[in-house]
Amino acid sequence: MTQPIRVLLAKVGLDGHDRGVKVVARTLRDAGMDVIYSGLHRTPEEVVTAAIQEDVDVLGVSLLSGVQLTVFPKIFQLLASKGADDMIVVAGGVMPDEDVVEIKRMGVREVLLQDTPPDEIVQTLTRLVAERGER
Amino acid sequence: MNETITARPISQKTIGELRAEERDWEANEVAQFLHKQAERRSDFFTLGDIPVKRTYTAADLADTPVEDIGLPGRYPFTRGPYPTMYRSRTWTMRQIAGFGTGEDTNKRFKYLIAQGQTGISTDFDMPTLMGYDSDHPMSEGEVGREGVAIDTLADMEALFDGIDLEKISVSMTINPSAWILLAMYIVLAEKRGYDLNKLSGTIQADILKEYMAQKEYVFPIAPSVRIVRDCITYCARNLKRYNPINISGYHISEAGSSPLHEAAFTLANLIVYVEEVLKTGMQVDEFAPRLAFFFVCQADFFEEIAKFRALRRCYAKIMKERFGAQNPESMRLRFHCQTAAASLTKPQYMVNVVRTAMQALAAALGGTQSLHTNGYDEAFAIPTEDAMRMALRTQQVIAEETNVTQVVDPLGGSYYVESLTTEYEKRIFDILEEVEERGGTLKLIQEGWFQRHIADFAYETALRKQSGEKPVIGVNCFVDDTPDPVIHTHPYDQTTAARQIARTQRVRSERDPVKFDLLLQQLVETARDPSRNIMPITIELVRAGATMGDIIETLKGVWGTYRETPVF
Repeated sequence: MTQPIRVLLAKVGLDGHDRGVKVVARTLRDAGMDVIYSGLHRTPEEVVTAAIQEDVDVLGVSLLSGVQLTVFPKIFQLLASKGADDMIVVAGGVMPDEDVVEIKRMGVREVLLQDTPPDEIVQTLTRLVAERGER
Repeated sequence: MNETITARPISQKTIGELRAEERDWEANEVAQFLHKQAERRSDFFTLGDIPVKRTYTAADLADTPVEDIGLPGRYPFTRGPYPTMYRSRTWTMRQIAGFGTGEDTNKRFKYLIAQGQTGISTDFDMPTLMGYDSDHPMSEGEVGREGVAIDTLADMEALFDGIDLEKISVSMTINPSAWILLAMYIVLAEKRGYDLNKLSGTIQADILKEYMAQKEYVFPIAPSVRIVRDCITYCARNLKRYNPINISGYHISEAGSSPLHEAAFTLANLIVYVEEVLKTGMQVDEFAPRLAFFFVCQADFFEEIAKFRALRRCYAKIMKERFGAQNPESMRLRFHCQTAAASLTKPQYMVNVVRTAMQALAAALGGTQSLHTNGYDEAFAIPTEDAMRMALRTQQVIAEETNVTQVVDPLGGSYYVESLTTEYEKRIFDILEEVEERGGTLKLIQEGWFQRHIADFAYETALRKQSGEKPVIGVNCFVDDTPDPVIHTHPYDQTTAARQIARTQRVRSERDPVKFDLLLQQLVETARDPSRNIMPITIELVRAGATMGDIIETLKGVWGTYRETPVF
């Protein structure tokens, strides 16, 4: 019996849009994953620290405030400085296409924007964890 | 209950005869048709899950007293708050705008006014909404990004430069820090020599829906509600034409709720605010005429129209029967409306223009006083000038070319719309009763009761989109793999934060530190005494060069902050 996939879903910055992140949290929980939700208004430091302490497989960051190009460099820098480069980071929310390309270049593995079907989110995370293999 | 139709033009037949005829029709014409071809589904529901019949007849109005339908501009205002509605003046076309610094947004305001917009609506950046100055660490990357950055009176002066505030109404979408912006607006008006009683506009300042849905809050609930109370009483005495609150269902809906919950939860919040103001000794008719509302217009055309009509009727009854209002102006619900951002899609984004037009038409038929139509680029970023012009033109087509403005409440008397209006009224009052039975709105916010209802419907909606039960063109049906034309989204000016912070720091360096410290001390004393009104000292502070962050951070020391326990 394999361990359930552990996921931290996080809201970073001042953004209060939490409809999507809560739908994702429920979707992943219903799919049998261990889901932790950070709640609102977290800093990159808080989120990365929690992800490492909770030993999650996936860190999902939801952003609808347009700050993706500020937040993700910080998150990857913090993950690297704490030796957690193997953390799978995914993003969700609303953002322009060119920003999707840019944050993927930084290391975000998948960007699941609005209207992504719940099953596809489950499949994507399952695939990413399988591709990473055992830790 | 009426067993005969009293509205003579509809029918002289008794309800029983009408129902018998409907049964006969079901048994014959309908049955024969169904035998040849089944209906697309076994049951039909509104977007908000209310079952709907195949068709409606006069018998479906049996539970609706004719006086509840009534006439426009007369209690219970089901058919509209004013007797002549758009025959006198069409709704205010109020496209929201906000990005960069005050100067940047000022240019967009002037552009929209030049394009025929008739009201101003201001969107603030996240730091302003949450009460942080632009140079606070939490503001990094967010200054002027999703709205305009306002830290000080100087920013407000730049924002409204060259715009006559006695001539155009200004709406400000801001909540936990709303009273500070109201104070800046008042000082700006005084400096320009305006008569405060001529200023018309609205400040959102609806904190309860923040805890429920939009999640922009700073302080715990009690002091936050007190600030709202202070805005209402201050404006009632000093700004006679100004709406000190915009009690909002919009964000409840956008956070995922059903239209019914949007309507009912908004009125639950109304009741709290009215009760808080009444506790100060102010009479209901002294402030209720300036209470204003803000609702979404979703995709289910007739349901939305029925929702608006039911809201007006419920409000009238609550204000008259529960709060004893005597002035009809205290009983007529006026609202701003925005089309549903969450209904818009990234794939085939120009289809958003059509969606928005349908929703805007429903808003007009529902009798809105003011309207924002969303841009086709809503699912990408904040809107470009081009997207806003198209959105404004959509309103102008409805207002100028369709003639729907010629007759007040043209759907009044529709068996379906009247029946659904009454259904909504009943269900709204049932929810309000449940809220009271469970211990009241404030208790239920703390328990996450509203939040859970909102999250449940949001989840249900996501599943229905996935299954295709809720069709979304371009997303789960009529998908087209041809790439959409390249969209040019609103660019973020990287110099914004530096320009903004420079002005904030200049204001700080130029103020009288002794006077400023004294005023901050008075602010703390005022905050500690809940019987006092916080507006006058806030006005003094912003006049003396206080930043929003100065005021908010000081009050955090008195009141603490709020953090929610999320439910999902």
